[in-house]
Amino acid sequence: MELNKSHASNMFQKNVRKFLRNKLAMIGMVVMLIILLMCVFAPVFTSYRADQPDFSARTQPPNLPHILGTDKLGRDVFSRILYGGRYSILIGVTGAFFGSLIGVILGAIAGYFGKLIDSAIVRLSEIFQTVPNMILILILGAVFGRSIGNLLFIFAITGWMTTFRIVRNEFIALKGETYVQVCEAFGMSKIDIMFKQILPNVMSPVIVATTVNVAHFILSEAGLSFIGVGVPSATPTWGNILNAAKSLDVISNYWWLWVVPGVVITVFVLAVNFFGDGLRDVLDPKQQ
Amino acid sequence: MEQKDIVLDVRKLNTSFISDGATVHIVKDVSFQLERGKTLAIVGESGCGKSVTVHSIVKLLPQNARFTAEQVLYRRLDEKTGGITEFDLAKMDPKGKEMRSMRGADLGMVFQDPMSSLNPVYRVGDQVAEALMEHNRGMKKSEAREKVLQMFRNLGIPDPERRIMDYPHQFSGGMKQRVVIAIAMINNPEIIIADEPTTALDVTIQAQIMELMKELQLNMGKSIILITHNIGLVAEQAEDVCVMYMGRIVEFGSLEQIFENPLHPYTKALLRSVPVLGLADDQKLETIPGATPNPASLGVGCEFADRCPERSEACSAKNVPAYEVEPRHRVRCIKFSQFKEVD
Amino acid sequence: MPNEKELIFSVQGLRKWFPIQKGMFKRTVGHVKAVDDVSLNVYKGETLGIVGESGCGKSTLGKTMMMLQRPTGGAVLYNYGDGNFKDITKFNGKEMHDFRKQVQMVFQDPYSALNPLKKIYTSFEEPLKIHGINAKAEREKMMDAVLKMVNIQPDYLLRYPHEFSGGQRQRLCIARALEIKPRVLICDEPVSALDVSIQAQVLNLMKEIQKELNLTYLFIAHDLSVVQYMSDRIVVMYLGKIVEIAGKRSLYNNPAHPYTQALLSAIPVPVIRREKKRQVLRGEVPSPINKPSGCAFHTRCPHRTEICEREEPRLIPDQTDPEHLCACHLYNKTAA
Repeated sequence: MELNKSHASNMFQKNVRKFLRNKLAMIGMVVMLIILLMCVFAPVFTSYRADQPDFSARTQPPNLPHILGTDKLGRDVFSRILYGGRYSILIGVTGAFFGSLIGVILGAIAGYFGKLIDSAIVRLSEIFQTVPNMILILILGAVFGRSIGNLLFIFAITGWMTTFRIVRNEFIALKGETYVQVCEAFGMSKIDIMFKQILPNVMSPVIVATTVNVAHFILSEAGLSFIGVGVPSATPTWGNILNAAKSLDVISNYWWLWVVPGVVITVFVLAVNFFGDGLRDVLDPKQQ
Repeated sequence: MEQKDIVLDVRKLNTSFISDGATVHIVKDVSFQLERGKTLAIVGESGCGKSVTVHSIVKLLPQNARFTAEQVLYRRLDEKTGGITEFDLAKMDPKGKEMRSMRGADLGMVFQDPMSSLNPVYRVGDQVAEALMEHNRGMKKSEAREKVLQMFRNLGIPDPERRIMDYPHQFSGGMKQRVVIAIAMINNPEIIIADEPTTALDVTIQAQIMELMKELQLNMGKSIILITHNIGLVAEQAEDVCVMYMGRIVEFGSLEQIFENPLHPYTKALLRSVPVLGLADDQKLETIPGATPNPASLGVGCEFADRCPERSEACSAKNVPAYEVEPRHRVRCIKFSQFKEVD
Repeated sequence: MPNEKELIFSVQGLRKWFPIQKGMFKRTVGHVKAVDDVSLNVYKGETLGIVGESGCGKSTLGKTMMMLQRPTGGAVLYNYGDGNFKDITKFNGKEMHDFRKQVQMVFQDPYSALNPLKKIYTSFEEPLKIHGINAKAEREKMMDAVLKMVNIQPDYLLRYPHEFSGGQRQRLCIARALEIKPRVLICDEPVSALDVSIQAQVLNLMKEIQKELNLTYLFIAHDLSVVQYMSDRIVVMYLGKIVEIAGKRSLYNNPAHPYTQALLSAIPVPVIRREKKRQVLRGEVPSPINKPSGCAFHTRCPHRTEICEREEPRLIPDQTDPEHLCACHLYNKTAA
């Protein structure tokens, strides 16, 4: 055994190597990063603004200045997809983050304290699981109006149950570990035991679940915006771009208005899922 | 001793495992003889290869294991004619029909954990009967039931008529281990291989099971290989002893030879490092310095050299052969190089 | 009790019952009486061994005595010195926090006793921080001191737990428990997860440390030979009750309770005895949920009489040796 050479860094290198060997996950990661970077640096890739109508160039099929054509108001589809991606990805990531945050906190409390608190939170999660998102969204939309904030709020409060279950089960298993008892014996506070001692050991599956949730929420946003109850239609999101394809006229005559955004959403979501699966293989020993 | 009294003759057994592209030798040149009607104890610490040794003999090894042996000779005694039939288990196909018919019928196995040795969804009586029918195709159900009942009675399971209908979870640990022994015994095998049979049990239950094994050996003439890390059990159960360390048998001999005249430094240290009841108040336990090495990082020479109080330069120069110091007492230590080398 | 020995723990009628709940509304249908009316004394500087088979409540007793589990009833008096006894079962948060500095515990499984994601340094630093040692230099000085005691090099602190063998890990755990200078160490099966050749290292080390720091040990184990090697006095438990308390010599030479006798004779001894006479207990340990009436041992006892089924025996001192206590009707009669 060599001194000072940390075994943990070896583990990290081993995991990285393992991830690199997983072709699907690598492709997923590369595709995801390409789309993400293009969205973030949209002005570099397109000179058009997303909400700049050009009535002289309406519903043009893909051609040279507009590589993916224009829509009915003459807005450039390529730049709409890039700028729309900013919102869609932001909504997915933020929604998943807050969902996981709620899930982690409630899961930690339920799993660590057990008994009555546990039963109460588990019942709560079951209630949330049985109420359809759609109805919640319609109600909130009716009360507060359509906005990105409302959508994020809904995603967060309807998307914490998976993480909650993972964290709760792990906490129940890990609170019996001897190192937790050792910390109790030293008089460590419960908050510190939960969040400093146990939580780091639970993070791998949480990260994986969050990644998968990102993909899920991007799809949800697209679906909700498509039927017109998601983000206000003035904001270009992937869902709102697709929303234009609601009429038969568009579907039959202007294929570039719906095929291209549809493909981008599918590819991005698939890429995120592949990446998430790859992460799971590396991080979650139970799946191996 | 006559050849026919040796029921199992193992010579130069080697088993290695392949993991992450590297080959790790777990069992190295293991040779021992099991006498008919005797108990041979294989004693050693965790990771010394004692379990892998017996799993290699019955050829129940995982996919990534590689196994070679000069011979694993089993001499089956025909009780009626007194004739001997020889089988070389080393040459049999691990998944072949021949090997399968040996397991259970000639070689009975008892494993460490009775909780996981039984299938929780079948009645215990059916599980024992299944082991019986496996080797006796066409046996009538009622006949099998009668045999199972008889076996339960022999093993001291109370109220067998009711108990054969129970499921494993209705049995306590000690009773489950009796059922496992019943499965191992039901085909009347000549050799019983018991791999840490009482490690998961309490001492008072361990005493019951060990008493039972002793009875089986004395009354039914079974030959037993007992794998254990408990020196006390060895002293109470065995006639012959193998001491294993890091994949090698470092010392082999009769119980008296090993306990009264231990020669290998590891054996000596092992015997003196266990607390014994009634030790004097100020008496200290002897310790073996260091920790057991990682089998993947072992070099040439004696595996124990790093921790040995009597080591010399020569210990790590080359692999140490076994020397026969007295009849049947073999030790793998360079201090005895004046004696005859055996394999 | 002799005056020269200072009492450090006095456990009085301690009970820990775990409710068994059934059905949708968690109705309590019974109790597992893991520790049932246990009273014992621990003296300063001694090692009190607690021995018994699995499920006898020995671990629960240890955990209840330092309030890792809240007792159902009874009192645990702890001596802060000079007869200043306080009942730890009635402590509030602040008092409990201070009490944690007095009594520490070493657990059975060294493999899970160190947080796998944290460097040893972090695991060692935490207890000191909790107990208000804020200067880094002072903490490191204390860490070095305990590591020296268990023969582990200080630079190993920068490693992760999985880089250590079982024996090293248990030594680390002992060192960590000693960091905050406790007066009592409760050891719950500290060597049963270790290999035989490593056990001796750890046991000897524990004895040396005890002498050096004048510690009091509560040594809990299922292996009577290990307990006997470590202890001055031994408590034998069966199904949540104490059946016998005696000095280790006395327990070994004159075991009084039939259970102790059986336990002693069941232990395999690494000495060749051609004539083996062993008293093998019939039957199994009854479930702690439906404990037998009267003396819980009567279902397996070779000497049982009719009174054993009816009446529970009390712990009664031996006539010649007042420190040898036994709960058995056999002796009750002769005493009466």
